Amino acid sequence: MLRFLLARVVTMLFTALCLTFVVFALTNLAPNLEKVAKSEAGSRISDEEVESWLNRNGYGAPTLVRYGEWLGVLPGWVIEQTDGSIRGRCIPIGSDPEEAPTRCGVLQGYWGESTVFKEPVGKIIGRSLALTGKLMFWVMMVMVPGALIIGVLAGMREGSRTDRSLSAVSILTTATPEYVSGVLLITVFASSAVGLRWFNGSATSAMEDATFVNFTLPVVTIALYGMGYIARMTRASMTEVMTAQYIRTARLKGVKFSNIVMRHALRNALIAPFTVIMLQFPWLLNGVVIVETLFNYKGFGWTLVQAAGNNDIELLLGVSVVSVFVVLITQLISDIGYVYLNPRIRIS
Amino acid sequence: MEPLSWAGPAGVILGPLGLALVIAFAVAVVAFLVLSFTAAPEAARTGRSLAQRNSGAYGFAERAVQWTGLAILLYAVAWLIGGIVMPYGSAGIIGAVIKRFLPVWIALFVTFGLSIAFKRQLGLYGKLFDSTIGMIGFGLVMFWVFTAFFAGIFDLVATHPPLTAVSGLKNEPPGVAMPTAEELGAGTHYLLGGDNLARDVFSRMVYGSVTVIVIAPFATLFAFMVGITLGLPAGYYGGRLDTFLSFLANLILAFPVILLFYLLVTPEMVQTGLPSYMAMTLFIFPLIFAAVFINSRWHTQPKVRTPILAVVLAVLGIAYLSAISQRGTPINFLPEWLDLFNIPGGILVVFVSVVFVNSPTVFRIVRGLAMDIKTRDYVAAAQTRGEGPWYIMLWEILPNARGPLIVDFCLRVGYTTILLGTLGFFGLGLPPESPDWGSTINLGRRLLSIYPHPALVPAVALLSLVLGLNLLADGLREESLKD
Repeated sequence: MLRFLLARVVTMLFTALCLTFVVFALTNLAPNLEKVAKSEAGSRISDEEVESWLNRNGYGAPTLVRYGEWLGVLPGWVIEQTDGSIRGRCIPIGSDPEEAPTRCGVLQGYWGESTVFKEPVGKIIGRSLALTGKLMFWVMMVMVPGALIIGVLAGMREGSRTDRSLSAVSILTTATPEYVSGVLLITVFASSAVGLRWFNGSATSAMEDATFVNFTLPVVTIALYGMGYIARMTRASMTEVMTAQYIRTARLKGVKFSNIVMRHALRNALIAPFTVIMLQFPWLLNGVVIVETLFNYKGFGWTLVQAAGNNDIELLLGVSVVSVFVVLITQLISDIGYVYLNPRIRIS
Repeated sequence: MEPLSWAGPAGVILGPLGLALVIAFAVAVVAFLVLSFTAAPEAARTGRSLAQRNSGAYGFAERAVQWTGLAILLYAVAWLIGGIVMPYGSAGIIGAVIKRFLPVWIALFVTFGLSIAFKRQLGLYGKLFDSTIGMIGFGLVMFWVFTAFFAGIFDLVATHPPLTAVSGLKNEPPGVAMPTAEELGAGTHYLLGGDNLARDVFSRMVYGSVTVIVIAPFATLFAFMVGITLGLPAGYYGGRLDTFLSFLANLILAFPVILLFYLLVTPEMVQTGLPSYMAMTLFIFPLIFAAVFINSRWHTQPKVRTPILAVVLAVLGIAYLSAISQRGTPINFLPEWLDLFNIPGGILVVFVSVVFVNSPTVFRIVRGLAMDIKTRDYVAAAQTRGEGPWYIMLWEILPNARGPLIVDFCLRVGYTTILLGTLGFFGLGLPPESPDWGSTINLGRRLLSIYPHPALVPAVALLSLVLGLNLLADGLREESLKD
């Protein structure tokens, strides 16, 4: 078990290293840097001026070196200006160059400065993650019980009409991406055109004070898309369990049907959905970006869109690293959880 | 001129009738679902002996569902026939829309008629017509395929050009009349209203189907080519090759899709030429696949193999070269007379990134199937006969993995459609005036709570296509499991 864990963690860290480098290289491509130079130093500057601006601001080094600086394993750039003052990656403007640390990067906890929000990236990400965490908590509270109930009800009597109608519902929700269900839900429940004004079409006010009126639509929009998929997985694993020998024995003994489902089948049927729920996280991230944009909720997804749309390199890097780590860690938890929950693998 | 109402003059009766039918059906379904937990006999609960008639409240609810469902079906068919037969305008917006889709209805009718008549000779495709779910799904998919076909090639279904704005029709509700129209006839109304740039919502929805129907299946096909060409050897040989390729696949899969799109599908990225290089790599896989496929089959008979191989590779090679050689990008080497077609930069980057996102999943599926099938006896028999590894992979393993792969193909086209919509929704890749559904939803969402129709129409269209693909996959899975 420990060996397995160690191997998984090492692979994960190596994957994270590769992925962060890819993200770094993609966000630091020449046209992106040129755009940064033009937005900082004026849009009409010539190519030579762009070049010299980039060199003066530490963008001149090769990508791999700058990746090392950003990561914090190589010393940050230091440039002596023509007037004798010293500027550098790790030297905040106005402070003494002698006292500044030589390395500053993600490993030291320095994430850079956002050019759009004029704030440290770490602070922005922390704030937006808290908001998205609130959203995800409620999504999970709606999605997981709903999906498990639908899946178990459908799977306990395979082929029955209940099964067919519930399966049709779960196919329908998997076929409805968030930007479609969001539009449909806003039209029906929040638009002045139809008249049902039960909920708010915007979740901006939910950032401070989430209520039933302003938070229902975003939560339901994300939950619906994931729900169908988890329900189908639960149904599949439930039907498999219900055909097992020990269930037949219990039926032949005359145990009540409800008892069979609750006591005998449910526990074994819920192993597979657990991993599926964990693996849903990367998909949910997709949904979060769409829903936060659609409902104007300034969480993690909204920050990603702002960073990418405004060519805010440091912020985009930070957001990317966090989302890649979220995906990798959920994959790890799902692997470990699967091994832990499944005695057949755990013991061998 | 008068604006059209939803159902025309007869709508006073037909509208409430339809509403009453839908409400009755919904009530019956809910009652049936509740009763199936409380009052159903044991046999019906466990799904056995459904043939017998149930009595009591449960049986009544069951029959109510059947009858109301049938009534709704008849009501819809009546609308369909009425809409086609009645003159323009007298059946309202719904009738006019149904009439615009006339070529699609005819094509669908012919397809279904022929397929059902010959379904026993058609293999898995014919068996699809044994399952209701599969038929509904196939119908929905073919509806959009025919719509794209007639709109894209013959300019038939739409009423207006997708980019023409008519002043005065900005954000007007469905059924609004053109300001200059005199006589009643096709094209005198914006059937589903105008969008915020005063363009026809209905026509844009129709033209939007072309983008989706062309890109989604092709991108999925390319993803399958990549996934199969890499997944088969990974699963068959295992070892280092498998470890390496699986690591690469997991690397791509760990990327949140939306982030990948935001990094890849930007104008700056098109400038660097990275999408063109990716296209160069990804588009070569069909060539490799075809070459290996043919060579492994006929390599003992060079006289047969060489001509086939030469012709196939020449055709694919020219297509490949003209696909990757684009004017205005770093890769531009073909002379103009040889360059058959140019894919606009925006479309190319969308296509490439969608293929890139889909291939690792296909790779994993194919790898798993290959690992499973290589232990079968017929593979051992082929190995004993002395067949080469590529022959075994492509002519023994692949045909036996086709069932799950076909099902996954349908699902994946649906997923690709969703991805294309996502790209459009964020305004990535495709030009902003493009009529594709994602971009249209993106344009319409800003005024969603005041004017919902510009976003609602493409949203429903996209939903119906993806739903159709999912149902089709479900039907295919059910029928292929019966073998």
